[in-house]
Amino acid sequence: MMVWVVAILVSLMLIGAFLVVAIPDLLGAVAASTAVSLALSVLFVVLRAPDVAMAEAAVGAGLAGVLFALALRKTESRRTRDEEAS
Amino acid sequence: MNELLSIGNLLYGGAAGLIVIGLFAVVARRHLIRVLLGVAVIEAGVNLMLVAAGFRPGAAAPIFDPQAISGPMVDPIPQALVLTAIVIGVAVLALGLTLAIRIHRQYGTLDTVALTRIVNAPAGSPESRAMMQRGGGGHES
Amino acid sequence: MRQFASLLFLFGFAFFLSVLVGGLPFGAAPMQVGQAIVEQNIEATGAANAVTGVLLAFRGMDTLGELTILFVAATAAGMVVERRKHGVSRDSVAGFILLAGAELMFPFLLILGAYVILHGHLTPGGGFQGGAILAAAFFVPFLANPGRAFQGHAMAFVEAFAGATFILLGIFSIFREGDFMAPMFLGTGEFGQLVSAGSLPLLYLALGLKVGAELGSLVAEIAAAPGSDDPLIEEPQAAKDL
Repeated sequence: MMVWVVAILVSLMLIGAFLVVAIPDLLGAVAASTAVSLALSVLFVVLRAPDVAMAEAAVGAGLAGVLFALALRKTESRRTRDEEAS
Repeated sequence: MNELLSIGNLLYGGAAGLIVIGLFAVVARRHLIRVLLGVAVIEAGVNLMLVAAGFRPGAAAPIFDPQAISGPMVDPIPQALVLTAIVIGVAVLALGLTLAIRIHRQYGTLDTVALTRIVNAPAGSPESRAMMQRGGGGHES
Repeated sequence: MRQFASLLFLFGFAFFLSVLVGGLPFGAAPMQVGQAIVEQNIEATGAANAVTGVLLAFRGMDTLGELTILFVAATAAGMVVERRKHGVSRDSVAGFILLAGAELMFPFLLILGAYVILHGHLTPGGGFQGGAILAAAFFVPFLANPGRAFQGHAMAFVEAFAGATFILLGIFSIFREGDFMAPMFLGTGEFGQLVSAGSLPLLYLALGLKVGAELGSLVAEIAAAPGSDDPLIEEPQAAKDL
């Protein structure tokens, strides 16, 4: 039973991490990174670490995403969006 | 026992996969904010590996309950370590993001290859002049 | 060529990591230190939450160092980023629903943050998590209406006051218990009650206020930074001194 929960959460996390690297749109990559943090915090609950899960959900999934989105908004200009070689 | 082995393999493999994917973003992608996202993914992988190392099957969360029968508990030390690491990690990421914002204002780009070209350009070359026109001035080297 | 080299490095690192991970034991009994802490936690700290005991009593020095890193990071971010004058934000005010929702959520987030901080020694939660919730309570209205002034001075005061309280509690325990950051007033209060675990709830309150102020001011620094098209208004202090 626990194997399946862990397997689903780990695969969600790895898919999210792959999307962080692969999505061309940076805002989408930020959203994928918060999804990684969310799956990770559920995994921490499964691993009997409720304190760490709360911190990861509040800080990793909430605050870090807000910080990245704000920084993207501050640095976006007409040129930089397409400069990255994909 | 077989189930326990596969849980351990899944957790450690997932943590190692997160670290490798994040490292790929750091070394192979060019946008600075994508690099910082890669650092965040590496942090997630390291935190997962630490908490998984302290896990013990069948053990309770490290919170004492007077009513419950006292059984084994998971190791609280990796959890405390990871708790501080998460908060430090987001503070350091925020510092990196402010540096990225500052770099973007100074040079007008966040592409690491273009930034290397601009910074290494000799004085008087077109790249260097274009940078000075943006009101650089803080660039002394 | 660069891509090839980085891919080669990645494959090498992945191989190294897989060899390393393959040898790690999983599900083993905790190490001696962890076992000792689990056994002695209640007598030594009085906290039901063993993670709180480790953070504030057994490894209180580490937490102090962590606060220092947080302080340095927030200060450095404030030195690097440029300021924009209040009220000249190009960011538009959010819609009615977001504005009203942010105002409505503010007291509930404050209460939740205070609850999580004050019950840190009994239930999962504590200064770090509650501090992040407090920071969210302050920056959600700020995000909904970017033009409003952010109380930077109040934030700085709370941060300095909470940090000083944390260190003063540690120094006070030198005179009382003989060790820096040793838990004090053990035995006052019954195990499992809100007023128990000696000075740990006080330490966690200071920690939570400090973490909340630091994280909130970090978000405010980035939100107040000028966008790429804004004219520069005020040079940061560090650039002026150069």
